[in-house]
Amino acid sequence: MRALDRKLLRDFRRLWAQALAIALVLACGVAILLTTFGTYVSLEETRRAYYERNRFADVFADATRAPRWLMPEIRGIEGVRTAESRISHFAVLDVPGREGIVTAHILSLPAHGEPRLNLPVLRQGRLPHPDASDEVAVNAPFALANGLRPGDAITANLGGARRALTITGTVLSPEFIYTIGPGALMPDNETFGILWMPEIAAAAAFDMEGAFNNVTLAIVPGAREADVIDRLDTLLDPYGGLGAYGRNLQISNSFIDSELEQQKTGAMILPPIFYAISAFLVAMVIGRIVALERSEIGLLKAVGYSDLEICVHYLLLAGLIAVVGILLGWGVGTWLARALARLYAQFFDFPYLIYNLSYGAYALSGLLAVVSAALGAARSALKAARMPPAVAMAPPAPPRFNRTLLDRVLATLHPSQPTMMILRSLMRWPLRSAATSFGLALGVAVLVASGFFSSALDTLIETTFDRSNRQDAMLLFEADIPETALAEIMRLPGVLRAEGQQYQSAILRHGHREKDVGIEGRRPGSDLARIIDADGQNIDPPPHGLLLSARLADYLRVIPGDLMEVELLGGVNETHAIPVAGIVTQYIGLGAYMDLDTLNRLLRQSPRISVANLRIDDMALPDLHKVLKETPELSGLVQIDRMQASFEDTIRQNIVTMTVVYMSVAVLITVGVAYNGARIQLSERARELASLRILGFSRGEVSFILVGETMLLALIAQPFGWLLGAGIAWALAEGSTSDLYEIPLVLEPAGFAQASLVVLGAALAASLVVRRRLDRLDLVQVMKTRE
Amino acid sequence: MNMVFRTRALTKVYDTGTVQVPALDDVDLELYAGELAVLLGPSGSGKSTLLNILGGLDHASSGQVWFRDLELSAMRDRELTRYRRDHVGFVFQFYNLIASLTARENVQLVADVARDPMPAEEALALVGLEHRLDHFPAEMSGGEQQRVAIARAIAKRPEVLLCDEPTGALDSHTGVQVLEVLRDVNDRLGTTTAVITHNAAIRQMAHRVVFFLDGRIDRVEVNANRITPAEISW
Repeated sequence: MRALDRKLLRDFRRLWAQALAIALVLACGVAILLTTFGTYVSLEETRRAYYERNRFADVFADATRAPRWLMPEIRGIEGVRTAESRISHFAVLDVPGREGIVTAHILSLPAHGEPRLNLPVLRQGRLPHPDASDEVAVNAPFALANGLRPGDAITANLGGARRALTITGTVLSPEFIYTIGPGALMPDNETFGILWMPEIAAAAAFDMEGAFNNVTLAIVPGAREADVIDRLDTLLDPYGGLGAYGRNLQISNSFIDSELEQQKTGAMILPPIFYAISAFLVAMVIGRIVALERSEIGLLKAVGYSDLEICVHYLLLAGLIAVVGILLGWGVGTWLARALARLYAQFFDFPYLIYNLSYGAYALSGLLAVVSAALGAARSALKAARMPPAVAMAPPAPPRFNRTLLDRVLATLHPSQPTMMILRSLMRWPLRSAATSFGLALGVAVLVASGFFSSALDTLIETTFDRSNRQDAMLLFEADIPETALAEIMRLPGVLRAEGQQYQSAILRHGHREKDVGIEGRRPGSDLARIIDADGQNIDPPPHGLLLSARLADYLRVIPGDLMEVELLGGVNETHAIPVAGIVTQYIGLGAYMDLDTLNRLLRQSPRISVANLRIDDMALPDLHKVLKETPELSGLVQIDRMQASFEDTIRQNIVTMTVVYMSVAVLITVGVAYNGARIQLSERARELASLRILGFSRGEVSFILVGETMLLALIAQPFGWLLGAGIAWALAEGSTSDLYEIPLVLEPAGFAQASLVVLGAALAASLVVRRRLDRLDLVQVMKTRE
Repeated sequence: MNMVFRTRALTKVYDTGTVQVPALDDVDLELYAGELAVLLGPSGSGKSTLLNILGGLDHASSGQVWFRDLELSAMRDRELTRYRRDHVGFVFQFYNLIASLTARENVQLVADVARDPMPAEEALALVGLEHRLDHFPAEMSGGEQQRVAIARAIAKRPEVLLCDEPTGALDSHTGVQVLEVLRDVNDRLGTTTAVITHNAAIRQMAHRVVFFLDGRIDRVEVNANRITPAEISW
């Protein structure tokens, strides 16, 4: 080994604490990038492969009842490669051993051969026989959650008749990677399942002989999806078409899209912060080393080392720090990505392992770490390389302190000399002071940004459940029923109160923008499900006009008073001009609300409801379930309390994990910046501070200078950290917003205070560690050292 | 005699931005192969500046310098690095050892980039430090550290050895030991040696003495009666 390399290793060993502090910050960047980017790529890849192998459809459409002879016309649409019709229905199941009702989405399998699109992957057993009338396959997660195996029997309420069905196999489908029941917020495999049933049996059960009510299409590459959708809508319109849509609106796919989007946001926002801080810390440390080794650099040049060798020497020192950071980051990142993959396995059902971090993700995160360390070291390494040897051999000129305006201001304040030393030093190295302060501000910012999630969740839950959806349960009907049926519902066991609401598929248009939505018809004065306006007040839909959720209004670029074109789908197919009556607060879903009577007048029918909101006496719940299992019109029951609990549990758990991670990260950043800052100060000021000690200053007074400067910078950092944190929170909230949900930007004073306390505490701890070195300073030795 | 260094009208002016400080003013000098020359003069008389230029550490403001038939004053930084690496050994007043390397490794540092170095152990033996190979600079006395610096300078078998106040930081007794090593190297290896000092007593061991004053050569004396370093005291 060359002597210069040996010097490199020994310097690195001597600097271990500082190097480790930097490496840990760098490791955060590497780990987060590896996790987010790696997960993004592997999730995307897995989904792509799954879709391709199992022929996931491109366009989906539902109708009330379309004749089979329409299919050749659909296949004839220009750009369509394959089209497959299905019968799709919701039904209530009675699963042995489960007291509550279970909702199933029943899909037909073609009478001949395997499905051409959305091919299920068989996990256990076999697919039902095409001629069997009582055989079904179920989605594997549902079977697992309910302890069902091939051969087991379940009872289903099919079109009014209770039927025993035998499970022949369990399957996974590219249509149901994320399986979420109607009205639910989270997957719940215990109470919602998918059943695949032979077409003949399904047609008989739902009275659909010679007809279909669901069609999926694959389009040829290069064909315009929008044109195909338009043509398909035209064909289905007479048969109660509910609006065809592409993959972007397919529920399972759009949840994965939103998860991918979040990973992408994570990969774009956080890692750059860590890489930048690391570069800054490396710059600070290498800058100081080059200053300290000035005469050694002169010597190396004198004995014939080239500028390049010297430059490389210092770059390598930064490189070693990067290597430690990369290895730590890869270790933590691999672990984090596995943890995330386990989390995904909980929600996403893929037939094969989705966790497979690519070499690309490792390479990219590592390369960026090396680049940021090298960029950080570059200025000092180049300075070392460029320093003329004769100049390097001479001691550096003492730093020049000038009297500035601030000095004149300070003079009138008569601060103590140590305070003066602190302030002068800040002024002497304004860039370094600013950069240190900025680093500490980032620590604050990361905490503010992470604290925001918890407050956001509180607001989201309060608005969604405590204020809007106050019902205990929602009864969902397969088809709309007359509102008068509410009286019957009131007579169900345990039902204390029942209110109806109606869902109507529609397309809202404004200018060239349009959106497929479900308009909710609500009765004024509804107490169980309420609408909250922008000011947080309860509001009823006015007799004329629509209330829109803020995101929907944003998307359509409408404000109250604007006229929209509203096309009602599913039979009536009429278009009306309706004004926007107001904007409402809604974080989950894209709501559009209308007065129930007004809506039904437009549909030219007596008031009907699709959902009954219930307040239930918990004691009577078993009796209620027993009756509901026998109710043919029912397509499902959503227990809001159960949903809220599982939603809150899951998200809360994720937020706790995330907060711990962010908190550690912020402490690492703070300690990295404060510790290195104080160490460099100590190194620069050792003689000065020792002189003060010799002159009779106490340890406390001398440490005041050292700790004071760090803490002053930390204090200056606070407001910037708050602003920056609010900015990051905003970016995270924006990045997470999709048609499915929105994370409200809620910033609480307590969050800012907590962030500041953590950072100030960590900065104090870091500078106190350096202070201990000051206590151990050998006064005589320091004074003898040649600067 | 075989000429190693030759300067013609060499001038160096330091520009501090506000004032121009002349360090060397029209210096003509020759140094010959195998000689031990002492450059004597008070602080600020320009001798260190001259040594830096001869050693390729610094550029002259005007005038010319040759090392044998290489014109140093016309070389660029890269060529000067090459020149230092191949031909020159330096000894400095404050030893300039790398604190994180042992005696052996400090010598090895030079051997690593030299064309035909002697083993570090041999170089250290030449300065009488064969028993201190694995000691770090902080574990050695000032005299020992300076001898490591000399071993480091001679390990590459340089043609010239340039010493800037080699005894400046040492007491008389230790200083004499260092001078003995320099004289020994000059005698045994025939290395052209230039020693800068403001200590007049040292001139007695030189072949020639060049007196500096205010950036100019005041006079040059040939030493008819050289004495050994042991006979010198200050």
